[in-house]
Amino acid sequence: MEKIRVLLAKPGLDGHDRGIKVIAAALRDAGMEVIYTGLRQTPEQVVNAAIQEDVRFVGMSILSGAHMTLFPAVAKLLKEKGADKNVHLFGGGIIPDQDVGKLTAAGVGKVFTPGASTEDIVKYIRETAATMTDEPLV
Amino acid sequence: MTDAASPPDTLKSRPILMSVLDKFAAGDHVALARIITAVEDRRNGYQDLLARLYARSGRAWRVGITGPPGAGKSTLVFRLAELLAAQAKKLGIIAVDPTSPFTGGALLGDRIRMQDLSNNPNIFIRSMATRGSTGGLAEATRDATMVLDAFGMDVILIETVGVGQVELDIARACDTVVVVFVPESGDAIQAMKAGLMEIADIYCLNKADREGAERLVVELQSVLGLRKKTTPWEHPVISTQALNNKGIPELWASVAAHREFCQNQATFDHRREQRIADDLQTIIKNKIDRRVQAALRDSESYRNKIAEIAAGTTNPYAAAVELLGEIAGSLAD
Repeated sequence: MEKIRVLLAKPGLDGHDRGIKVIAAALRDAGMEVIYTGLRQTPEQVVNAAIQEDVRFVGMSILSGAHMTLFPAVAKLLKEKGADKNVHLFGGGIIPDQDVGKLTAAGVGKVFTPGASTEDIVKYIRETAATMTDEPLV
Repeated sequence: MTDAASPPDTLKSRPILMSVLDKFAAGDHVALARIITAVEDRRNGYQDLLARLYARSGRAWRVGITGPPGAGKSTLVFRLAELLAAQAKKLGIIAVDPTSPFTGGALLGDRIRMQDLSNNPNIFIRSMATRGSTGGLAEATRDATMVLDAFGMDVILIETVGVGQVELDIARACDTVVVVFVPESGDAIQAMKAGLMEIADIYCLNKADREGAERLVVELQSVLGLRKKTTPWEHPVISTQALNNKGIPELWASVAAHREFCQNQATFDHRREQRIADDLQTIIKNKIDRRVQAALRDSESYRNKIAEIAAGTTNPYAAAVELLGEIAGSLAD
């Protein structure tokens, strides 16, 4: 039984977690295991939690405007720690359209901006999971 | 047979596994996490993996933290972890939360109270969903504990889901069991006398700054005094305020005292033996279960029997005996 495990995190300093909690509930109701780590996470904390929990997806919500710093920092750290191959990053929040391309270039697989529905996110995770080939350990 | 044991030397032909095992031996968290996932998902060959790691295990002290929802278990685990981290102990934490029986999903939120521990290289935290188990732990929790033990942890803290009276798996999975309750548990102590209260080695009254705490400690001590003594261990009742970081050294001191007590007692060998027996039975049951499922999946007469029972021409008791006779051969290989 392989479950889709997703880490949801709020890196940075903004304290608005209503949105990410809605996502957490939607993913849980879609049958996924959601690890929610709470507010004010540093990129190091997010990456260490993702490694220990061995998740295939890390979703981050940033409403403070710091996305151009924090998202790439998480992507870079994952790579440094040798965990980037098995982990897919996605994000959301108040993110201007002109930043989306830069974020995907920096390693964020998908950016959801205001107006995206929870169904979109569930669908995206399921479709991406189906394409990820987890090299068998045993 | 999907779970057929392959000889250990065939592992050498699997470079990914060999490299993960090498990294595991070198203390790499990525490798540790991947091995726990393989075990948790019951992926093909996970038993070979466990068999390889078993010889490295046996050093860690396993401490279970259990109690009703909202008693402060996660916060206590966080405080104990801080204390142990300051002593440079290597620490594994398994935090279990419930899986929804309706959707199969789970929201695992214990890390919220432990986020300051994420950057400590001596600490490894893993959240587990129960995935259908009803004893307060996940089916794979004990295996994951063994993996953490084999990794070289000094102490493993296992936090159960919020429990009521009968979720007692933790008692068989741990060396020391701490049952956490709160002043609001009040009269519930009476109800908790059977089951949950019987598995504690240490009682922890958390949120002890709240009204009624002292009275409850006295009540509990008197209940404990009335109980038939089955061990020379004197069950301590420790008052804590996990949020305010009070009483934590005292709680850990009582865990350490219990450890010392156990290691000087024949009862400890008995408990270990019980755990080994329990593990062995569980492994055998799981293997048989998988083989039964596989045998029935391919069995035509199984489908026929279902139709016959539905039509009223036979009954499930007679059908089970007949089917068991048919598949018995395939259970033994």
